[in-house]
Amino acid sequence: MPTIELDAAGVTVEHGDARGSSRTILRPTTLTLTERRVAVIGANGSGKSTLARLLNGLVTPTTGRVVVDGLDVARHTSRVRRQVGFCFTDPAAQLVMATCVEDVELSLRRSVRDARARHRRAMEVLDSFGLAGHADDSVHTLSGGQRQLVALAGVLATDPSVLVADEPTTLLDLANSRRVGDVLMGLSQQLVLLTHDLDLARRCERGLVVADGAIAFDGSADDAVEHYVASVATG
Amino acid sequence: MSQPSFLAVYRPGDSVLHHARVGVKVGGLVAFSLVVVVVRGATLGLAVGGAMLALAVVACLVGGLGLRASLRALRPLLVMVVALGTLQWVFYGPSAAAETALDLLALALAATVVSATTAVNAMLDAFVRWLRPLRAVGVRPERVALTFSLAIAALPGTLALALETRDAARARGLGRHPRAFLTPLVIRVVARAHETGDALAARGLADID
Repeated sequence: MPTIELDAAGVTVEHGDARGSSRTILRPTTLTLTERRVAVIGANGSGKSTLARLLNGLVTPTTGRVVVDGLDVARHTSRVRRQVGFCFTDPAAQLVMATCVEDVELSLRRSVRDARARHRRAMEVLDSFGLAGHADDSVHTLSGGQRQLVALAGVLATDPSVLVADEPTTLLDLANSRRVGDVLMGLSQQLVLLTHDLDLARRCERGLVVADGAIAFDGSADDAVEHYVASVATG
Repeated sequence: MSQPSFLAVYRPGDSVLHHARVGVKVGGLVAFSLVVVVVRGATLGLAVGGAMLALAVVACLVGGLGLRASLRALRPLLVMVVALGTLQWVFYGPSAAAETALDLLALALAATVVSATTAVNAMLDAFVRWLRPLRAVGVRPERVALTFSLAIAALPGTLALALETRDAARARGLGRHPRAFLTPLVIRVVARAHETGDALAARGLADID
């Protein structure tokens, strides 16, 4: 498994007003993630998404640094992004091409130069997600679950070694979120999963609870879920 | 989840047009459009407009689109054709109106055939090929191609956002308020653009060359 290290990485946003006030989104955090599946849970606005976006350079830390397999994310952003795939909550924002196979091909443009070979590879990827029958369908005609699977296929087509998923099942119904959850849990990649689906979180090896811009709990996924539930119950 | 088909989506097939090179199709479309636009005049313009429309219909059939699908693709355009035709009729008379209507329909149909028989990726590959010589003056072909495809993809997405926002305004009884519709729509479109930008960056597509 790859090693993800946060070395006192924190994010502060300047308000840009006259008083020079600022807001801390994520307090300096030090973490080493080596487990195959890591769940990140916590309230809306707690800093989970910022933490996730640090891992592939979508957000740059204002203090400290983030290192993925020895590569500093801020300095080697494009190399890190090739290694760290990112799956968003809303697949509609992620799917940019008209049909499923074209969207997967878009991901492969860099790695497979020949158009025919690229098409063949994209079909193989879709097939592995059980989506070969929808290859030429418009992404807008798919169900929410299928759309999220196409988005995942697009991200995993380039075979990254880490997948960061930001609430990938939040918009899905029960059956679809189980299906996407099962796909995520079966991946060979290292998975950093942000989720409000506590059953899904429990299936990970390690659990982090984020609260008020800091890691409030770090331990086994089961214990993390219990900590989170208790923290909500006691307010 | 039906989307109004403002844009013809690629329909895979095995026709001559599907197998034709992108350059041939786009070149043909350019030539076709030039003929339609350049040839004017009372009888000649009308005759050529009609002939070109017939040619476009034949192309639709050859491309395996079928008449019904082709007509469906034209439906959103009909309102505009009728409005423009009426104006032309009032100012320039019936033959000018008929010519404009024929020309517009022929152009739209021809463009539909090209989009329906050409995969977006094939079109992008062609753009990249054609733009490659411009690399010397600082043009980045992959980036230009990606911009085109994003613009195409943004249309149905933006339309869906507009419909959702309109419904939300109506649900609150604000259906007639332009501000209740436009303000959230603009905000949502910009937010969507940010998300899409993040998604492109995350997929490593922001730095392809």
